[in-house]
Formats: sequence, structure tokens, C-alpha cells
Amino acid sequence: MPEYIHLKIKRQDGPNEPSRWEEFKLPYKPNMNVVSVLMELRKNPVNAHGQKTTPVVWDCTCLEEVCGACTMIINNKVRQACSALIDQLSQPIILRPLTKFPVVRDLQVDRQIMFEHLKQVKAWVNIDGAFDLGRGPRMSEHDRKVAYQLSRCMTCGCCMEACPNVNSKSDFIGAAPLAQVRLFNMHPLGKMDKNQRLDAIMTKGGLVDCGNSQNCVMACPKNVPLTTSIADLNRQTTLYSFSRWFNRE
Amino acid sequence: MASQKVIVVGGGLAGLMATLRIVEKGYKVDLFSLVPVKRSHSLCAQGGINAALDTKGEGDSTEQHFYDTIYGGDFLADQPPVKDMCDNAPGIIYLYDRMGVVFSRTPEGLLDLRLFGGVKKRRTAFAGGTTGQQLLYGLDSQVRKFEAQGLVTKYEGWEFLSAVIDDQGVCRGITAQDLASMEIHSFAADAVVLATGGAGMIYGRSTNSIICTGAAAGRVFQQGVEFANGEFVQFHPTGMLGDDKTRLMSEASRGEGGRVWTYKDGKPWYFLEEWYPAYGNLVPRDIASRAIYKVCVEMGLGIDGKNQVYLDLTHKDPEFLTNRLGGILEIYQQFTGEDPRKVPMRIFPAPHYFMGGMHVDWNHMTAIPGLFAAGECDHMYHGANRLGANSLLSASYSGYVVGPKVIEYIKGLDRSATDVSQSIFDRERQRQVEIDEAVYRMDGNEDPFILHDELGDNMMTNVGVVRYNKNLELADAKIQELMERYKNIKLSDTRPWANQTVMFVKQLWHMLELARVIALGALNRNESRGAHYKPDYPERNDEEWLKTTRARWTPDGPKFEYSDVDISLIKPVQRRYDVAGGGK
Repeated sequence: MPEYIHLKIKRQDGPNEPSRWEEFKLPYKPNMNVVSVLMELRKNPVNAHGQKTTPVVWDCTCLEEVCGACTMIINNKVRQACSALIDQLSQPIILRPLTKFPVVRDLQVDRQIMFEHLKQVKAWVNIDGAFDLGRGPRMSEHDRKVAYQLSRCMTCGCCMEACPNVNSKSDFIGAAPLAQVRLFNMHPLGKMDKNQRLDAIMTKGGLVDCGNSQNCVMACPKNVPLTTSIADLNRQTTLYSFSRWFNRE
Repeated sequence: MASQKVIVVGGGLAGLMATLRIVEKGYKVDLFSLVPVKRSHSLCAQGGINAALDTKGEGDSTEQHFYDTIYGGDFLADQPPVKDMCDNAPGIIYLYDRMGVVFSRTPEGLLDLRLFGGVKKRRTAFAGGTTGQQLLYGLDSQVRKFEAQGLVTKYEGWEFLSAVIDDQGVCRGITAQDLASMEIHSFAADAVVLATGGAGMIYGRSTNSIICTGAAAGRVFQQGVEFANGEFVQFHPTGMLGDDKTRLMSEASRGEGGRVWTYKDGKPWYFLEEWYPAYGNLVPRDIASRAIYKVCVEMGLGIDGKNQVYLDLTHKDPEFLTNRLGGILEIYQQFTGEDPRKVPMRIFPAPHYFMGGMHVDWNHMTAIPGLFAAGECDHMYHGANRLGANSLLSASYSGYVVGPKVIEYIKGLDRSATDVSQSIFDRERQRQVEIDEAVYRMDGNEDPFILHDELGDNMMTNVGVVRYNKNLELADAKIQELMERYKNIKLSDTRPWANQTVMFVKQLWHMLELARVIALGALNRNESRGAHYKPDYPERNDEEWLKTTRARWTPDGPKFEYSDVDISLIKPVQRRYDVAGGGK
């Protein structure tokens, strides 16, 4: 049993500030996770050299790996901090902010662009209004299971972080919003607008920018079938292109 | 006046539903949230949402749903709004279904239902084991559509600081702080809806997300909004203990056949089934929590001598469990390393839900005109105890009704917020800037996070599942001690950028204010009702205590008044779950 929990954290005071590494040692306790360690740390923010420092800034909300907020790079793997159990990590535990998003402070990053992408691909069912129109469409339990796999995406950013084609020189929106296109194109009401969503991903930064490295599906903490979805969308866009060509005026 | 604008604070189910109902009538909404709304706490709800859809041929009805909710709440809820909620529940589920929420299905493709506590008919629609997440995502996607049209402006990563109240006492907007730049601004609106959720953080570790501090409610409480039924805090019987939080193990695990037991005389003892033969493992949460507490704390029969008992699903088919409860079992496995399909889970009651909240009228308006509250932060639908799977419903329904009520209110205004003198906004903003500057100057020797730990321990120990007056007095004395020590906090981070410590210090004060409301409300109420249980006063006392608790802030601590409950539809009867006739 280790005596200490040894952390090495990449810190940065603000978006345009230089980054630095700071080390921390905390007395070991069993059954901790990265979030509970950071919480312990902020009660007495002293680094491994015994110097007073500021508490580490990071995002977290639910602590049940369902909100996606606490995503960071832990020992070179992108994942949620709340479900990263200390007893399963090799030490020193190295914490870094995501690299594909602008740093706000320390381990906190701005992932607003992911929500913008959802807007861009029209990831919604175009219902007429939030009022009661009676029963919704029937759906088989089989289709429901496929849809549920997709709808568990928590917009955490792991897939973008892992993707070599998401970088500062590319506009690629990444796998997450693509899977949402597949989700809404499956829904009995959502499919009425499916071509609009396909249009949205057939532009620059869309489907064609996927380089098929398949890192995304390995990185996804919720096992969203990302690569299968991208393959399915390739089929959908191909069919759509043909139909547009045959039906052109 | 189509240029009128509404502010909604909070992006969980209630806030998003309210937003939708307002924007689709052509009014603009500014939506404020601590976190991107897609990460709001509603997503932690697991098991499902109640509606008498009766797709299982059991003859369920909205009347029965209404009765179960009132009875489960030990008759402390005003009855007409609860009836409206239950009547509207099926329509709300159908609405979610049209949005694309992936509810689990029957073989015919209809919405499947499962059993939950305190009821005898299957009434709970669900989306695997992450129903709250799926409902939230449905609403989030709909609000995004309006955001793309420019009708909704999101302020994500902002904290609500106060209501802006004009000289006539009318709410005309809010002040809020940008959590990155730390700038404080005022925002004008013709009406404000607070949909800011519960306050589990007052208990330190709870099933709540860390953003559920109750600070928003605490802030307007100090501005004149009453806090009602604060002493009614639900302890969820099946929480899994952790250092950072007590994660929830959904009631659905009991609904799908989970059995609660411990060892007695070397043999498994299914104490809920023995004590409550009519409902067995599916007694309501307050009853189950008290039983587990009794077995562990009073009888000393917890597993391994600790405060824990087994919740056992190992007799069920693993594939069935994965399909129906997957998300929930994953959480247990991930955080304990044990597979609940193979070994029983260890659980103990954990603070979970606030039945009480800001006092609102049946239009969801607080005592401050123009300031509304909806969702867990209001006091309206659950009386003294909430039934499982009624929270996603009340959050959705309260957002569903508050929207049209807000529009009705702003249509009746004789002047718009934009006509109000700027000085009203500047004055309130200045007040908040001064509070902020005072926090930045704090240079004593107390640590705010340690004060918060002490608050949580105090509340758990003294204002928990079982309550004694002498402990409640101790609890209040301790809170007042913490309020004194608060003034002596040392701020460990003084940077003017993304300073989470400053925000936490400010929230902590409001937690302390509300903690007193909870502790003193519990001290005053000498009876046992729903989640509030005093062994020295074991019976419900309708003659003296069939009353809504209403706390009002004063500089000398909360003052309490009590008002009658509307029991016009169902006559109160004794609440029993041990006999067949109990729940009607």
C-alpha cells in the first residue's frame, strides 16, 4: 500500500498564460478517485515542496460519469476524473487538461464548440410545439436499443481529443455530432428532416474529414458505436447524393 | 409587447421546459446556468418518470396516481396542483416521446412501464437506467433549436447572484457573475423563473451533483422569498457511500425485483418483506430508510458491523438486468469494482431530495411579483415525502405550467423592465460587487471547505433520518458557530480569473442560512410525518401540524409561520404500508 498519493498536475492561470507543472503528495486513503483527491487537495493547497499554492481548478458536476464535465487526460488517457480510481492508477498520477479545447484555467477547458456542432447538424426532432398531441410514434424495442446506445453520448470530448483529424488546422467536427445525426435520422419523426442533417455533414468539416483512424470508438467512455455510425452515415450520404443526382431538375 | 423578455435561471428539466413553453409563444428567453445545460443535475435521475399510461392492462388511472402521491406525501401537499400534475403526466410523457426520448418499449412498440415504490401498479416510464439524462437531452435538443433561431440566449458558466427588485417590490431582472472573468452584471427581464434545483450539498455528501448548493434559493430567501417545508428532506434508502459523494442506486433496482436484507442469527433476513408484507421491498423511501437505519444503528445488524445492508439482484437474469438497469449497475461496478449481477450491493440511506423549497402560489410565483420558482427548488408537489419517479414528473410539469403563467403575468404588466430606471439595476449590481470584494479580502484562518465538511457532518448526525429535539438544538448552535467562523475565512485563491474558491465561499453562506431553516423547522415540528421522524413524537398530528411550514428571513435568524394545507379532494387518513388496505 503506498504511503502517498503522488500527483503531477499541468497548471495554467488563464488562457494566455504559460503552463507549468506542479506536484502534490497526499496521505494515501483507499477507494479514492481523481475528483475526491482534488477535493482533498483544495482544503490545504500545499505542493510537494511544502509551498502554499492555489487550489487546482477543474470542472466536475455529477461525479457519476454521466454529465461528462470532469473529462481530462489522466496518465496519458482521456477519461472522466470521477471514475478514475486511484487504486487502479500508476503513480505519479499525471493530470493534464484536454488539448483540443482552449484552457480556461488549470484542468478546466472550454468545450462550447461541441454544442455549436450540435446546432450545426440540427440535432433535434422538429416537433411542432411543447404541447400534448397524444401518443408519439411506436418504435420497436430493437430500434430503441440502437438509439439508446447513441443517445447516451454526454458530449464529454473524449472522441475529439483522441481523433488525429481534430486539430488546429482542420474544421472536422469529430465523431460525437455525427453519431447524433444518425440518432435523429433514425427517429420516426426525426427522419422527416434527415436530408437537412445530411446536408449539414456533407460540407467542409463534416463526414469526409474523418480519416478512419478509429481512435474515437476506443476513447468513448459510454461505448457509443461511433465508427459504425460514421459508416452508416457514409451509406446515407451516398444514397442521398444519388437520389439528388437522379432527381435533379 | 412582443419585445418582452424572460430570464430563466437553471437548465435542468424545469428550466428547459419553462424556456420551451415561453419561447414557442414568441417571447425571448435569456437562460442562465452554472454549467452547460446539458450537464445539469436532472441527468442523475435514473429510474424513471411516473404517468398513468396504463399500457400494462392493470387499470391504472390518473386518479390513482393522484391518490398515491398525496398518500405517499403524508397529506402535506396542497391537493389541487398535485391533481393537475397527475392529470397532465401522460401528455408530458407523450411530448417527450415525440422529442425522441428513447423510452424502453413493450413488444408492441408502446412505452414500457415498471414498478416503483409506494404504488401497486406499473406506472414508471423509463429509458434504460438513465431516464433523467435522456429527458434532459430531449429538452436540451429542443432548446437548441430555438437557440439556433436566436430566440434563446444561453449564459452558461454564469452564477445567479440576486433578483433585481424595484422600489415597488417587483422583480425586474437579476444580477449574475461570469465564472471565468468573474465580472458581475445586471440583466433586465419582465419575469424571472428560478429553476435551480435542490440543496443536497448542505448535507455535505449526498446523491446530488456538486452544483446543488441551494445558493440561489438562499439568496432570494434573504431578499424576501419564503422557504417552505425545509425540514422535509428525503433520504434515499439505497445510496452507496463514497468520499466525494453518496452515489445513488436507483429505486428501479427494487422495482425490478431487488431484495433488501442483512444477516440475523447467521441467516439472511429480509426485514422489509417481514415488516411490510403488503409492499415488501417497495415501501416508500422514508419507510425503507428508517427501517435500514433501525436495523443498522439501533439493532447493530449492519453487514460487517457497519452502517450498510445488502440490496440484492443476483437472483435475476443478468441479461434482463443489463437491459433494464444497465446504466445504474455500471455506476456501482465502476466505483466499487464489484459486479452487482454477481454479488449483492451494499447500501445505506443518503440525503437525496428536498420536498421543501421556495414558497410559491399555484401559478408558481413567489411572494416577490415577477419572481417564479419551478422544479425541485419549489415546495409544491411532494408534501412530506416524495414517491420515486415523481421528481422527473414534477420538474417537467412545473416547467410546463410556469411557462404559460409567466406569459400571463407579463401580459398584464403596465410597464416593461426596460422602462425601469437604470439606477435600480446599478444599485443591486453595486451591492453584489461589494459582497464579492469583501470575499476577496477575507484573510482569517478558517478554510471554507473544512467549514463545509463540518456543516455536512452536523446535518447528517443531527438532522438526519431520525431526529431528536436535543440534537436539533445542537445542530442549530453548530450552524451559528459556523456562521461566526465563516467571517474568519482565509481565501486561498485571490486571482481575478475563474476563481472557484470565491464562488464556493459565497455559496457556503447561503447553505448556512438554509441549514438553519431546515434544523429549526425540524425542531419546531413535534410530530412524525413522511421523511420527518421523531421517536419522541412518533405519530402524525394533523390537529396541530397539518400545516405548511413557511420560513421568512430576518437578520436575527429565520422566523416561522404556518398555513393550512388544501385537503379539499382527499380526506387525510392514516398512512400505513404494512397492511393490504393501506394504500387503497
